[in-house]
Amino acid sequence: MARAEADVAKSTGGVVKWIDDRFPLMETLRYHVTEYYASKNFNFWYVFGVLAFVVLIIQLLTGIFLTMNYKPSSAEAFASVEYIMRDVEWGWLIRYMHSTGASFFFVVVYLHMFRAMLYGSYKKPRELIWVIGMLIFFVLMAEAFAGYLLPWGQMSYWGAQVIISLFGAVPVVGDALVEFIKGDYAISDITLNRFFALHVILLPLLLVGLIFVHIVALHEVGSNNPDGIEIKENKDANGVPLDGVAFHPYHTSKDLVAIIIFLIIFSAVVFFAPEAGGYFLEHANFEPANVRVTPEHIAPVWYFTPFYAILRAVPSKAGGAALMAAAVLLPLFLPWLDKARVKSIRYRGWMYKSALTLFVISFVMLGWLGLQPAEGIYVTLTRVFTIVYFAYFVLMPYYTSIDKTKPVPNRVVYNA
Amino acid sequence: MTDDVADQADSNRRHFLTVATAITGAVGAAFVAVPFLSSLKPSARAQALGAPVEVALGNIQPGELVRVLWRGKLIFILRREEKMLSELANNDDNLKDPNSEVVEQQPEYAANPTRSVRPEFLVLEGSCTHLGCAPIEDFPVRPAENWYGGFFCPCHGSKFDLAGRVLKGVPAPTNLRVPPYRFVRDDLLLIGQDTGVA
Repeated sequence: MARAEADVAKSTGGVVKWIDDRFPLMETLRYHVTEYYASKNFNFWYVFGVLAFVVLIIQLLTGIFLTMNYKPSSAEAFASVEYIMRDVEWGWLIRYMHSTGASFFFVVVYLHMFRAMLYGSYKKPRELIWVIGMLIFFVLMAEAFAGYLLPWGQMSYWGAQVIISLFGAVPVVGDALVEFIKGDYAISDITLNRFFALHVILLPLLLVGLIFVHIVALHEVGSNNPDGIEIKENKDANGVPLDGVAFHPYHTSKDLVAIIIFLIIFSAVVFFAPEAGGYFLEHANFEPANVRVTPEHIAPVWYFTPFYAILRAVPSKAGGAALMAAAVLLPLFLPWLDKARVKSIRYRGWMYKSALTLFVISFVMLGWLGLQPAEGIYVTLTRVFTIVYFAYFVLMPYYTSIDKTKPVPNRVVYNA
Repeated sequence: MTDDVADQADSNRRHFLTVATAITGAVGAAFVAVPFLSSLKPSARAQALGAPVEVALGNIQPGELVRVLWRGKLIFILRREEKMLSELANNDDNLKDPNSEVVEQQPEYAANPTRSVRPEFLVLEGSCTHLGCAPIEDFPVRPAENWYGGFFCPCHGSKFDLAGRVLKGVPAPTNLRVPPYRFVRDDLLLIGQDTGVA
């Protein structure tokens, strides 16, 4: 504590003081960084928030540079992407960083969300953090979808055709809504131009704004921990949580290790497998959009396939669209569906542990099934895992209230 | 001082003014929203490019499928052979809407057993009514599979017969749409306009 005070005293002269008299610079830094106390028993699962932030920076930076050479018109878009790949110096690197970044964004965000489910981070008092996080996820999906149209390849075009057609399932106004989204009678230059505007202006602004609010809300209530206990309930004489350590330098130095490992993996993909075998960049997208021919096998990029599989599980357009919308929206209600008195999986009973395991299996399987043709055994399996997916949420109020929980310790532990 | 001011305030009047201002502001915002939202509708140029298109029929062989674009949408023109037409009735028991009763899916003049003005020429929007993929032609008849020729959607397996009628048990909810069209001359088709039908 003495050292922290010395730091503050040192910083209150000169330029910093001049700024501090006019803007709460040091106060903000202390509140959010040097005196933000998070639990000292954070584990592996607690690095994905920071990693999501790193990917955001990569996407913003590479995106800005791509915009300088990309042309959002149906006549030029495909060629301008090839131009970036072949003629712009290092253009291939910037583009592959951006396309790989999109997939990695979803990897880290899915793991980040899974962490919340493991340790009950969405439970009171962090419901709003979770809700804002889900809004970030929705915007991220829209951002990825809009971005995928921009290269104007076959999969861009037909993927957009399929997803926009889903809005046609809305009763009464469906057809008008589809035309309004496209801004034309079919997906055209006009649609491409407006998706570009959404992808580079509206949605990134929303994303950054929501992330800001997400972090402000987090710092208001404080981070959860693998024990799911409130570290603010045990404070020392100075009001510092006994189980907390300052975000900087303690958590930041740990995060730095995670960031380096992440960048190693990220670079490996960017340099050695940017298409990731057709999972990150689909093969059909290396052909320009052709209105006359749908690719033989059409599937969205991997991060949408769990929801796409659910869409196909129902042999009815309106039913499939409604079920898919429900699958995307349901996690939003987790804070109120989960009736357990403990947060962390460490102190939960076998029922929640089994439910979460089944949920993870069903989510991964649906992701795989969404890439398979919709026929035979695949359809049956898709239906089974769709039921498991929904059961996790719908039955949650029941199994979490009768599940036997273990007593929660007063202070955090390192192994449990 | 401030207490005095608060005491003197007429809270009903203040409340009324707050609500009235908010409502006026909301109405103004709604009016301003109109031009912004309208700018997202198909523009005059998009509408002009969506003008009707003419298709010469002289070169289309019996059994041949021709693809043209109207309003950026794929349009199928199939010159059906006698045999194709006679097979249509085989599907009647296996269709969701055999009699073209869903009004939006065809103009009135195509709500007949062949879903066409002239049975020989089938004119359809080549856009699956499920999620908008372009169906692929599959004309060979395979009675063993209960298949009498038609269209197959590669995306989600929807099937349609040679009048664009959807088969049962597939995700597409309804028949392929018939665009408005008319025959300008015996050998000239106009897609996108049907006023003054002969």
